[in-house]
Amino acid sequence: MSTTTTPTATSPPARDERVAQTASLARLLRRPELGALIGAVGVFVLFAVVDQTGQFASLHGLARWSDSAATIGIVAVAVALLMIGGEFDLSAGVMVGSSGLVLGLLVTELYVMMWPAILLTLVFAAAIGAMNGWLVVKTRLPSFIVTLATFFSLQGLNLGLTKMITDTVRVSGIDDIPGFDSARAVFATDFWEPYKFRIAVVWWIGLTILATVVLARARFGNWITAVGGDANAARNTGVPVARTKILLFMFTSMSAALVGIMTALRLRSVQAGQGVGEEFTYIIAAVVGGCLLTGGFGSAIGASVGASVIGMAFIGIAFAGWNTDWSFLFLGVILFMAVMVNTIISRRASGGRG
Amino acid sequence: MTTIAVTTKSEPILELEGVGKQFGSVIALRDISLHVRPGTVTCVLGDNGAGKSTLIKTLSGVHQPSGGTYRIEGEEVNLSSPRDALGKGIATVYQDLATVPLMSVWRNFFLGSEPTRGGPLRLIDVRRAKEIARKELLAMGIDIRDVEQPVGTLSGGERQAVAIARAVYFGAKVLILDEPTSALGVKQSGVVLKYVVQAKERGVAVIFITHNPHHAYLVGDHFFLLNRGRMIEDWERDEVSLDALVKAMAGGAELESLAHELKSLGGEVAEAAQEEIAEMRETQL
Ligand SMILES: Nc1ncnc2c1ncn2[C@@H]1O[C@H](COP(=O)(O)OP(=O)(O)O)[C@@H](O)[C@H]1O
Ligand SMILES: [Mg+2]
Repeated sequence: MSTTTTPTATSPPARDERVAQTASLARLLRRPELGALIGAVGVFVLFAVVDQTGQFASLHGLARWSDSAATIGIVAVAVALLMIGGEFDLSAGVMVGSSGLVLGLLVTELYVMMWPAILLTLVFAAAIGAMNGWLVVKTRLPSFIVTLATFFSLQGLNLGLTKMITDTVRVSGIDDIPGFDSARAVFATDFWEPYKFRIAVVWWIGLTILATVVLARARFGNWITAVGGDANAARNTGVPVARTKILLFMFTSMSAALVGIMTALRLRSVQAGQGVGEEFTYIIAAVVGGCLLTGGFGSAIGASVGASVIGMAFIGIAFAGWNTDWSFLFLGVILFMAVMVNTIISRRASGGRG
Repeated sequence: MTTIAVTTKSEPILELEGVGKQFGSVIALRDISLHVRPGTVTCVLGDNGAGKSTLIKTLSGVHQPSGGTYRIEGEEVNLSSPRDALGKGIATVYQDLATVPLMSVWRNFFLGSEPTRGGPLRLIDVRRAKEIARKELLAMGIDIRDVEQPVGTLSGGERQAVAIARAVYFGAKVLILDEPTSALGVKQSGVVLKYVVQAKERGVAVIFITHNPHHAYLVGDHFFLLNRGRMIEDWERDEVSLDALVKAMAGGAELESLAHELKSLGGEVAEAAQEEIAEMRETQL
């Protein structure tokens, strides 16, 4: 909408126009996901250029990296909402494993049928999330510490209980259970031959849209931004701060459980160490997507763009024929650059004040 | 600016009688009696530590009084929380804890009371919310070009104004302002004082906490003076002059004795200091 009019002698309307234009430009620069989008385009071009297979920039490549991005993105979107709400969840990674194990043990040891077991697994995850949230709200300890404790406790339980019950570090044989096929069709199938896109991608896009609508348009979204931006001010205006935070922790745990369930159904077994280490990948995706570490600012679409950047990097490095060990270095550099860009953007968003 | 205080002696909307507040062995408030009428500005003045914050926290339901009675519209109440007080029409604007800086003006305006269109997600009626926010702010004389801009980009005075406009819109009968001007410059303070008068003219009972007698005198109809937890003065506007108000504040008396002390020291330094004090007193606004 850059209608460059030549300056005329009498131009008060032209001045108004300029004000409006500056406002919409400022609004664009205020978007948290702007930096991530630019970064994603850059990363895509980079890996399209160094690609050795000739497939990265095709639908085959898209099917591959979107699979990787989806398993990160489903949790990263929830982690982003939690970060906008001013909290962290370091137990989100291990929850993927815990919930997979709960599902596996329910069906193989207690002979629960698949669909009720999936429901119970989600209830289990919600309970762990509620506990995280309740502890953070009640103790007023940083969520970093509270969820770090949850992380290690669950990791210990995952290994200890799995070994105790199965004498191995994995639960297998879950594909013999009634309901496995229908559950797999919902959570772990693929579609669109011959590319074989993963159904997880559909879940991921759906969750991203839901989270974006909630954040931008729902009353609860307003509360998320407010409790992360200034919990005291939010409380003073009547926002239920504790309830909002606890619900965010529950949503994060349940998103991790969703990925745990998907992984279990896809691999037909669960490793006790599944998911550990991923908690930081989710946080990186959220931060690359424009979430401020201080809370109160960020976006769900941004987190999904961040997850795409990470997915492209993982697959792109493999397609380039490089050693995949390099992917961590790549993540580190991307994270650092994102934080730099976001700091500049957020300064501009707050107009140089406060 | 002459405030024509048409003191129609309407019934007080809020009353304290013999209220005290103790924190363990610390007596923060002692035998406080106070009444506030609709459509007036009641100023509570006092030096640091006088008990102003404790008083408003008691009024707004944060603290429960240790003794005495608290009446709202003639009825004795026991407020359990700020939310409880809000439900009874008592809104408090805390100095730095009133708005969320990174959120837009309209979102801050409706925070906690968003108008929704129903549905499972309880979506906000954004168009209506923006329209109302813009209209209400304009009605208070606050012209914000873009209600989409973050509150953090507004000046301190404008931020206070948004909080005041919000409280008025949501039907506050009593509006408590905790030192709204203490962190602001002269011009910004003027802006906030203007909104205090606007709120009053809309029939709200405003309780204005300050340690600045000049600010108080510009807008106040009734003045209470707190000192060491006690209410030491209770003046209607026509019973007091600005000079008396300034003197009554501990600061006024202390400045004077300081000036005398310096005079006894003699010399140029003292003279310069005296001039400075005189200037300070004149330009304290
Ligand atoms: N929660 C509390 N616990 C103990 N003492 C308090 C508490 N709140 C206030 N006080 C004491 O009460 C007195 C009045 O404080 P305050 O109401 O904050 O004064 P002001 O707002 O006028 O500066 C001070 O001596 C303060 O130390
Ligand atoms: Mg105080």
